Amino acid sequence: MRLLDLAHARTGDKGDTSQISIIAYDEGDYAFLAEHVTAARVAAHFAAILRGTVTRYELPGLGALNFVLHHALAGGVTRSLRLDPHGKCLGAVLLELEMPGRQAAAEHHGGNDRT
Amino acid sequence: MKTIRIGSGAGFAGDRIEPAVELAERGDLHYLGFECLAERTIALAQAERLRDPDLGFDPLLVARMEAVLPACSARGVRILTNMGAANPRGAARAVAAVARRLGLAGMRIAAVTGDDVLNTVRNGIFPLLERPGSVADLGASIRSANAYLGAEGLVAALREGADVVITGRVGDPALFLAPLIHEFGWAMDDWALLGRGTVVGHLLECAGQITGGYFADPGFKDVPNLARLGFPIAEVAADGSCIITKVAGSGGRISLSSCKEQLLYELLDPNAYLQPDVTADFSAVRFAELGPDRIAVSGGAGRERPATLKVSVGYLDSHVGEGQISYAGPGAVARGRLALEIVRERLHLIGVKMTEARFELIGVDAAHQGGDASGYADPPEVRVRVVGRTDSLAEAVRIGNEVESLYTNGPAGGGGAWKSAREVIAVVSTLIPRACAAHAVSVEVA
Repeated sequence: MRLLDLAHARTGDKGDTSQISIIAYDEGDYAFLAEHVTAARVAAHFAAILRGTVTRYELPGLGALNFVLHHALAGGVTRSLRLDPHGKCLGAVLLELEMPGRQAAAEHHGGNDRT
Repeated sequence: MKTIRIGSGAGFAGDRIEPAVELAERGDLHYLGFECLAERTIALAQAERLRDPDLGFDPLLVARMEAVLPACSARGVRILTNMGAANPRGAARAVAAVARRLGLAGMRIAAVTGDDVLNTVRNGIFPLLERPGSVADLGASIRSANAYLGAEGLVAALREGADVVITGRVGDPALFLAPLIHEFGWAMDDWALLGRGTVVGHLLECAGQITGGYFADPGFKDVPNLARLGFPIAEVAADGSCIITKVAGSGGRISLSSCKEQLLYELLDPNAYLQPDVTADFSAVRFAELGPDRIAVSGGAGRERPATLKVSVGYLDSHVGEGQISYAGPGAVARGRLALEIVRERLHLIGVKMTEARFELIGVDAAHQGGDASGYADPPEVRVRVVGRTDSLAEAVRIGNEVESLYTNGPAGGGGAWKSAREVIAVVSTLIPRACAAHAVSVEVA
């Protein structure tokens, strides 16, 4: 199972900082996400482009985690040489994360937006 | 109970025009906001204003106003926008001319200025937020410096009876917060209300991003009729709570998921979203589905506004040269990688001076940054991309040339070469005391 099966993501940018929200399709999965999608895992996933640290903010009331990746955008949208200078694609890349198997979760969250 | 209906007519400078017309004609609106000013746009607009004092505002301003003014005028919908860019007064004159042409004489167009603080930051000691040094160190490369103003100037313009309010740099949510302050008489130090109004503005400011744009993901998050994506409306109550909805029959879908995504969009610390008018707290915001495309929003909060204003400083940073070329069929990835190595060596051999460069394959490792690419199959085509930063335009041109010459000097089957060389206007930030940027309102009558 991948993070893709449990949550959706949106990416924003502020200067050289990338921001990725991870939002559970089912708010009941929040604790599972909070346990397995840590700042350290996100930092490791983006190690190739991250030049700073990752801060995680928790929003249990929304079933969401907000990741702030400092110095992840090669200077930010106004000077980055990247094809995607905003880093808009990074949220989808984060959804690649492998998650520990949970039979119940796999059955419940096989696909569509249930919220 | 009185509610105010505010629509969002554009979420960026190049946004579609039709949804704003739909909102103006069928949204039963009181206000329509257009957020069209990206970070470096003012720097580019400033250069245009230097060439022609009547220009320097958003190039789509006239087209957007021609499209919406008839319906807005007929229905009493008041417009707020930051399309003034580097020249809000010039923009107001241009809109007044549009109004006269459309037979809407008497329309009042206000320009709110005061965000231009170039002379202040150029001559003082203002440290940069992103890196060591101060604004003064940028020297002659500075193009613009604009403070993020709050809602006060916009509210003053509404109080003067403006039908259209045009400004330059303001905090994006302020375009939507201002009508709420004006209509409900909110005090400028009622932090809880200003925090809730900022939630409303934040949800609206990116237009289609809350109705299903930047959201659809087939099989996971399906969105109906995206081609006719409608833009959002907030029905706001005097306590700052609101319902997010859209015109019946327009495309897209407003869901709990789309609202959550937009609430967190470009947010760093959800407990402290720094705006010129308030330190907003989004951490306790909650959404409830009232019906199809009707989501109730509650729980926003706020604390005292920051003591300083953020300033975006535009400056000439560098030049960039780029070239691209495609390879397809069996071995496309291998030929693409060979092409990258050839260009890398040739740029070295001919001595192109680059301070930074990227050699990548679109389709493999260009937009897919970080992460784990090992689980993906090789694509049937790739596009070579070489891009480098230089000190001069002439040097930048040489980069694209070496990619183009792969046609006859590179791997088999290279096609569709493209090249460019451009100046890079970048943006850094600093903070100034509030007293350094005072707003001013002037009104143009059509």
